[in-house]
Amino acid sequence: MTLIAPGSGSPVGDPFDGPTAHAEERGTSLWRGAFARLRRDPFAILGAVIVLTFVIVALAAPLLAPYEPARAQWGNQVTPGSVPGPSAEHLLGLDAFGSDLLTQLIYGARQSLLIGVVSTLIGLSVGATIGLLAGGIGGWIDVLLMRFVDILLSIPSLLLAVSIAAALGRTSTSVMIAIGVAQVPIFARLLRGSLLAQREADYVLAATSLGLRRRRVVMNHMLPNSLGPVIVQATLVLATAIIEVAALSYLGLGEPNPTVAEWGRMLVKSQDRLETSPQLALLPGTLIAVTALGFTLLGEALREALDPKFRR
Amino acid sequence: MVVEDLDQRPPGQPLLQVRDLQVRFTRRGRDPVRAVDGVSFDVRPGQVVGLVGESGCGKSVTSLAIMGLLPQRRVEVAGEVLFEGRDLLTMRRDDLREMRGRDIAMVFQDPMSSLNPVVPIGLQVTEVLARHTDLDRSAARKEAEELLRRVGIPDPARRLKEYPHQLSGGMRQRALIAMSLACKPRLLIADEPTTALDVTIQAQVLELLKQLVRDSGTAMVMITHDLGVVAGLCDEVNVMYSGRVVERAGRRELFGHPRHQYTGGLLRSIPRLDEPRGGTLNPIPGSASDVIPWSRGCAFAPRCPARQDDCLVPDLQLVDDVRPDHLHRCVHPVPVEESTP
Repeated sequence: MTLIAPGSGSPVGDPFDGPTAHAEERGTSLWRGAFARLRRDPFAILGAVIVLTFVIVALAAPLLAPYEPARAQWGNQVTPGSVPGPSAEHLLGLDAFGSDLLTQLIYGARQSLLIGVVSTLIGLSVGATIGLLAGGIGGWIDVLLMRFVDILLSIPSLLLAVSIAAALGRTSTSVMIAIGVAQVPIFARLLRGSLLAQREADYVLAATSLGLRRRRVVMNHMLPNSLGPVIVQATLVLATAIIEVAALSYLGLGEPNPTVAEWGRMLVKSQDRLETSPQLALLPGTLIAVTALGFTLLGEALREALDPKFRR
Repeated sequence: MVVEDLDQRPPGQPLLQVRDLQVRFTRRGRDPVRAVDGVSFDVRPGQVVGLVGESGCGKSVTSLAIMGLLPQRRVEVAGEVLFEGRDLLTMRRDDLREMRGRDIAMVFQDPMSSLNPVVPIGLQVTEVLARHTDLDRSAARKEAEELLRRVGIPDPARRLKEYPHQLSGGMRQRALIAMSLACKPRLLIADEPTTALDVTIQAQVLELLKQLVRDSGTAMVMITHDLGVVAGLCDEVNVMYSGRVVERAGRRELFGHPRHQYTGGLLRSIPRLDEPRGGTLNPIPGSASDVIPWSRGCAFAPRCPARQDDCLVPDLQLVDDVRPDHLHRCVHPVPVEESTP
């Protein structure tokens, strides 16, 4: 073995010891790198466009909608057999109550976004806190918290949401809480699982060998490595939340105020007109599906972009 | 030459004394595994002590036991690990945590997985400084830069902002060495620090370690299966087999006059450049799993070319039959006159 002379340890000019990274990624943060990779992924762009459109429509509903929401001004044009179809005044026609369908759909986005985001935030914050305590501390705290989560998990999430919504009464808030609580087990188990997977990692051993405190190792080393799947899950759960909002409305447990437009309730109300006016069900149904798809695509792309193993 | 250096040092108190260290992994429904079975050795200040042996001989478990990094469940650790007279095994966990990184640090085998992939290098270096020193943020940043420069990383200010995947394997190991030496520990445990690196980088990293321990007076326990590393670095060498030290001697003495049959076999198995090409290699027959418990006799006996019936003596002791600083645990040792390879 040839040992080089002391002092010449600097690898200047050594082709084997140079940086291996792509020049464009050098010195950038993890998130900026992830963003650069997202932009190269067509599915990510499609998902982002859908999500962005949805958010803009939801936020700018009063500006975009041609009429005031839930004003049954044209009720006299609706007959038991049919509703007026598209026309110059009403681009998508009227709904069963004589409101402008396009307006109702636009305002429906608002409700879906609000409930979806708030309920996911509830599920994420409560679930992640439980997961962090369970996975970070371990021991009997872990056992206790996880048995609680197991109980939650043993109830089908929609049934859980239905029971909570029914118990709390018919308000938007109770829908948000119901859907949020139903998501708690997912986030708790996911974060705990990825924390446990990190616990045996070499860098955790290395950080511990440097004397770092347990809390620091958990918060600064294990948590950042475990967050990727949680963020991805949050995006995916938003899709589910939007569907569940619709489902709860469909079951009659949603927002009780009939003047608040909501895609799920629009589906319910169009049931008895499926044969004569299928657009009343198809349009909100498609919007629910496309929005959920947008969040799912974005979530999947985010998972790949954030995973260091997917670096190309 | 290093052996002579050693003799000139004041004898003083050893920095680290490992006394009859035992590590057993208990398994449900089966006999426990004795990974480390009564290991004792000393490390004096500034000394480089090698722990050599093949995979599974207990050398890494020994290092983790010294650091208190073994999992607590299903692991039984017994014996004494005295660091400046204080027993690390019975010390409060919090006190041990204070000492890790400040008094004793460790360099691990795989530089890719030992750095946190989502945390910039700079933060990983400065958090060690923040933990054990009073430096404020900017001072810690400066110190981190200086540390990276000292381990031969060019443009350290830029490197501090980068993530581990943006560094090459050799750079990462240098960064890890910088982190472990950040608080000037008195003992560095290097667990196969070059195994995951390619050969050119291995030489550089070894040279770096050698230079750093020499300059700072840090003592080092070098754990390796590579006799070349031992030859280049260690003052004293402990050869381990099946959880026990089977031979201990100064580097020159060990390479020049191996006494234990296992050490002799290891040295004979190294291919030599001055032998004719095409010659056969001399491996030790069998594998490390062909062992008998030390309580029944020499664990190496099943593979030993010189074994005789009297090798099956329970709990063989280390003996110094030639020189007082050369110990071995062999019943029929390699004869001194023959052992010069």
